[in-house]
Parts: sequence; C-alpha cells; structure tokens
Amino acid sequence: MLLHQPSAVPRLLAATPRAGWIALAAFVLVMAVLLPASRLLLPEASPLHVSDYVVTLIGKILCYSVVAVAMGLVWGYAGILSLGHGLFFSLGGYAFGMYLMRQIGRDGSYHSDLPDFMVFLDWKALPWYWQGSDSFLWALLLALLVPGVIALVFGYFAFRSRIRGVYFSIITQALTFAAMLLFYRNETGFGGNNGFTDFKRILGYPITAPEMRLMLAGLSALLLMLTLVCARYLVTSRYGRVLAAIRDAESRVMFLGYQPLHYKLFVWTLSAVLCGLAGALYVPQVGIINPSEMSPANSIEIAIWVAVGGRGTLLGPALGAAAVNLAKSWFTVSFPDYWLFFLGLLFVLVTLFLPQGIVGMWQGLRAQRGRKRTAEPTIGSDQGREAQT
Amino acid sequence: MKVGSFDHASPGQREQWEAAASFGHVATSAALDLSHGVILYLDDISVSFDGFRALNRLSLTIDVGELRCVIGPNGAGKTTMMDVVTGKTRPDSGKAFFGQTIDLTRLSEPEIAHAGIGRKFQKPTIFEHHSVWENIELAMKADKRVRTALFARADSAQRDRIAAVIDQVRLTAATSRPAGLLSHGQKQWLEIGMLLVQEPKLLLLDEPVAGMTDDETARTAELFRSLAGEHSLVVVEHDMAFVRQLGGLVTVLAEGSVLAHGSLDAVQEDARVIEVYLGR
Ligand SMILES: Nc1ncnc2c1ncn2[C@@H]1O[C@H](COP(=O)(O)OP(=O)(O)O)[C@@H](O)[C@H]1O
Ligand SMILES: [Mg+2]
Repeated sequence: MLLHQPSAVPRLLAATPRAGWIALAAFVLVMAVLLPASRLLLPEASPLHVSDYVVTLIGKILCYSVVAVAMGLVWGYAGILSLGHGLFFSLGGYAFGMYLMRQIGRDGSYHSDLPDFMVFLDWKALPWYWQGSDSFLWALLLALLVPGVIALVFGYFAFRSRIRGVYFSIITQALTFAAMLLFYRNETGFGGNNGFTDFKRILGYPITAPEMRLMLAGLSALLLMLTLVCARYLVTSRYGRVLAAIRDAESRVMFLGYQPLHYKLFVWTLSAVLCGLAGALYVPQVGIINPSEMSPANSIEIAIWVAVGGRGTLLGPALGAAAVNLAKSWFTVSFPDYWLFFLGLLFVLVTLFLPQGIVGMWQGLRAQRGRKRTAEPTIGSDQGREAQT
Repeated sequence: MKVGSFDHASPGQREQWEAAASFGHVATSAALDLSHGVILYLDDISVSFDGFRALNRLSLTIDVGELRCVIGPNGAGKTTMMDVVTGKTRPDSGKAFFGQTIDLTRLSEPEIAHAGIGRKFQKPTIFEHHSVWENIELAMKADKRVRTALFARADSAQRDRIAAVIDQVRLTAATSRPAGLLSHGQKQWLEIGMLLVQEPKLLLLDEPVAGMTDDETARTAELFRSLAGEHSLVVVEHDMAFVRQLGGLVTVLAEGSVLAHGSLDAVQEDARVIEVYLGR
C-alpha cells in the first residue's frame, strides 16, 4: 500500500516529540560537553580519550549531514533530484578558503602577502574578486551568497523552462563538471589543481589547536541542528504541503492557483545556501579544498547518502551521510581499492530493497510491531497523523 | 485581503499559465452578472477534430441554481462540451458566456477556473500522499504566494470552512487519512470537496458516479441535490438510476447537438431519444 511511499507530511525518526527532545539533548550533551571533556581533560592513555582525528572526523561527517539534509529537502520533498549539490558545497568551501589563505599572511613558503600559488604564477596583486577576502565576515557572507545566487539564477531558468526529472539531474551534473574544469585552471585564481591548503589560522587562532577543532566540530553540530529545525519548519508549514503537492502533481497545483516556479526556487536556493555554509565549515576542518570536490561523482555520492538514509524523511539523510561516511573511512583504510564498488553496490541494494532507506525500514518494522500489538489493520488507524492546525 | 492571484498575475505568470493551457489570449475578466437568472449560455457552438464534428451547432442554457443532467450515447460530445466551457477546447464557432458578461472563449483555463467554474474530471486528481484535510486546504481560496505559505497557519475561519466542506462531502471520519487510502467513492467526494472549497458558482461533473457502489451513488445524488440552489451543477452521467435520483431537467445530446430536453420521463418517451440512445 501507500504506507511506505514518501509521505507528504514529514516523518521524524523519533516516535514521539518527547523521544525527539531526549535525542536532541543527548546530542548536545555529547557535542558540547562529553567530546570536549574527553579530548581536553582525559589523559591520552585513557580509553575514553578521543584523538584529534576523531574530532575532525565527527566534524566532517556533521558537515556532510547538513548537505544531505539540504539535498533531502529538494529531492525528498520537492522531487528535484540534483546531481550538482557538491558544487554549492565546494563554492562555500572556496569562499571561506579564500579567507583562510589570507590568514596565512607571510607564513607561506614565499613569505609574501599574496597566497603562494599567486606568487608562483608571478601575479603582482590580488585579483578583484579577492578583494575583502581578509575579512572573516565577508568570507562568510560570500559562502552564503555565491552558492545562493548561482542556485537562484540557475534554478530560475531551469524551473521556468520546466526542466524536470532526469534532464534536470543531467544539467546539474554538467554544471558542477563545468565549474570543476574552470577551477582546475590556474588562471581562474583559485589555486588550480592544488586548490587551497596549508591553512594556519582563523581569526588569528591556530587552526590545528584541539580547542579550535572542537569549536569547529561544535559549530558543525549547531549548523546541523539549525538545518534540521529549519527543514522541519518548512515541511510542516503550508509551504511544505504545497511543495509536496508540486512533487506529486505539478500541473494540478498550478491550476489550484499556485506558482510552482516560486515554490521550487525558494527551497532550491535555501538548499544551496545550507550546502555553502557546510562547505565553509568543512574546509578548515579537513585543511584543504580543491576542484576534485566539484567532481560529478561527489555530487552523486550526496544523492546516495540521502537514498541510504531515507528520502522524504528529515533525519534520514543525516543518518545516511553518517553511515556511508563512517563506512567510507573504514573501507578506505582497510580496502582502499574497493570503496567505489561497495558504494555502487550499496546504492543498487538500497534502491531495490529499501526504497525508503534506513529510516523507512525502521518505520516499517515499528509499524509491524504496532500492528501485532493492536491486532488491527493500520489502514484505518492513521496513528499520529492529525489535522494540521 | 485579496485572494487568489490570477488577476494580479505578472506577465511572466500569465505566460506560464498560458503555455500550460496552450493558448494565447489575455482577456480581462468582467464581474459575473447573473441578473437574467442564467449562468451559462452556449449558443451555436461547433467543434471539429480533423473534420469530425464533435459539437454541431450546440445551444443550451443553464439557470442559476439549477441541477442539470446531460446524457447521451458515447461520442455524443458531452465531454467536449465541458472542454469548451472550461477553456480546454476552443470552439470553431459559436458563443459561450458565463453569466451575461464573461466570454469564456476569450479566457484561459486558469482564468475560467478563477472566474468561478469548477470541473471534476472523470479520473480523480487528488493528492494521494496528502490527508483529506490537506487536500482541501491546498484547494482553498487563499493567498497562494510563497511568502504567505511559509508563515500561514490556517486561521479559525479557514479551519471552520475546511471542516464544513469535509462534512459536506461526508469525509469527516477520514479527515486525517491519506487520500490514497480512501475508497474510490470517497476519492470522488474528496475531489468534489476540493472544488467546493474554491467556491465555484458553476460545477461541471463528468461521470461522477462511475465505479461507485449503489450506496455511494445514492449518497452522491443526495449531496448534489443539497448543492443545487447555492451552486449551479451540470452533471454528465450514463447511470439512469442516478439521473432519476437527481431529479433535475435532462438534456439529451447526440452527434454533437441537443436532441431533446425536459424531465427524465419526458425524454425517455421521446421517439428520437429511444432510437439513438435508449433503444440501442
Ligand atoms: N481531442 C480530440 N481529438 C479528436 N477527436 C476527439 C477529441 N476529443 C473528442 N473527440 C471525438 O469527439 C467525439 C465526442 O467525444 P466526447 O465529447 O468525449 O463524447 P462523450 O463524452 O459524449 O462520450 C468523439 O467521437 C471523440 O472521439
Ligand atoms: Mg465523456
């Protein structure tokens, strides 16, 4: 029946609002208290001590989770499959990376005011688009604006021309591919092949200090929570219901007097902005950004996180991103050659057997248990679905 | 607050609607004038498809508040007639007026819908993943811009209105059920509810009881009778028992024009009707 199809009304992983609050509180406790305490207070010999590697891994995965939730919004709730979300993430990363490059100051190999790669190219001054990049706030603003404006313009033309489905996906792949080629060029002014790396400081504080790593991971956690809150608000609003209706029957919605273009454009742009922010937090944690982040494969991987976690759910994509990336960090150490095969296999299996991802499977199990307990067909019981007020 | 947004649509919006509706007229819609007690005039309408006359100089009028049945053999042109009224098909010749002043041949489909003509298609087009309540909410007359939808919470007047419509189409017990889980008959009612909440003056219903059980058919007839008066209804139907339950005047179409008109008993005795339709 319909029970396992994406629902118009969002499903949260938590069974009840209370369980949701408890999970949230636990998450905050771990990120804000336990993780810092175990990194800073426990001796390295302690089994509960976490290394910088783990702190950074967590922060990195949280950034990916933000991207996945943002992608889940457009794919799961608006039916727009983007295969170019890696572009928005990378643009946010590059925007903030410019600031990180400027913060290196004269500590680079050439001891110049210019970033090393510019000295290497024999450039004498910063290009115009690097103006202001020494300002933290300007860099943050760029990390929001650049992905946002590009998504807005691209989305306007794509949605207005009613480009949908696989055509839209292909165009987004082409977009990120074109951007990657552009960024590979040295003349583009973003470090070519090598991109940006060897960061030293943020706001003058050393970037590799444990406190800084904890702070960045904590901010990533905060961004993820804000993203989830914002996504939940959206999908439970009337806007979210219209969006889901557009996903299911766009022309019908149009005849009810709505403007699908505006509805799609809003969620599409918001999603890109969230990816940009995630990218800006990601780059200082991993210490590098280069054009390979824009490769088409990266964007496809984002879609796989969402599919694995559960399309049409809020938390699912975040969990999918976490699960796939934990598996990835294990695989790439143990069986580096097989990761891509595994990823492909995973995608096929999930598509065939878990169309609703991890969260869908979990909900299916829960519904089954509930059915046994009440010994009543669920079709009439509509548990938990109430009229929206 | 001004509701709906067709009349202050930007040129771009119009363009998009019209691309979808696939014709190019932009016409200003006059106010609905019902002063002569007639809500729909079709005069001498002809429509041809590749030389085949689907409507052949069809003329008929519907009075305000009337419940009219249109019957006729397959291919008589009943659906085509509705297509002309809703702007889906342009007539080759003839006049189509909504009230005294609104020229339907000059308006696009969304403009006609906005002017107050609601149509229920043979196949229900509800949103299966949305609940009954949400389906009605989506269709409700309201400000439909993104900005409003982001912050809108249905106010109590809107909630009452939605609840009243759900009650009217007898779906109160299924208010929060996903529409995809409704029975066939309930889906048809939901779609009627989605029309009603848009407050149309004229409702066009194409084979509304096809596939319904006898019980559902009887309840649908009851619903339509209760709607007549406040709304004007044109019902196309094959089911004679249902037509009898509706009790209104009957127009018989054949080969694209009106063959007979009157009470059901009268048209059933008409020799020409028996020949082309009932005596098949
Ligand atoms: N779009 C179309 N193109 C070609 N022929 C059509 C089209 N729509 C309807 N017709 C023809 O016009 C005639 C009237 O059809 P219709 O209005 O659907 O009849 P009814 O609803 O009374 O059964 C039929 O012969 C049908 O085949
Ligand atoms: Mg028909």
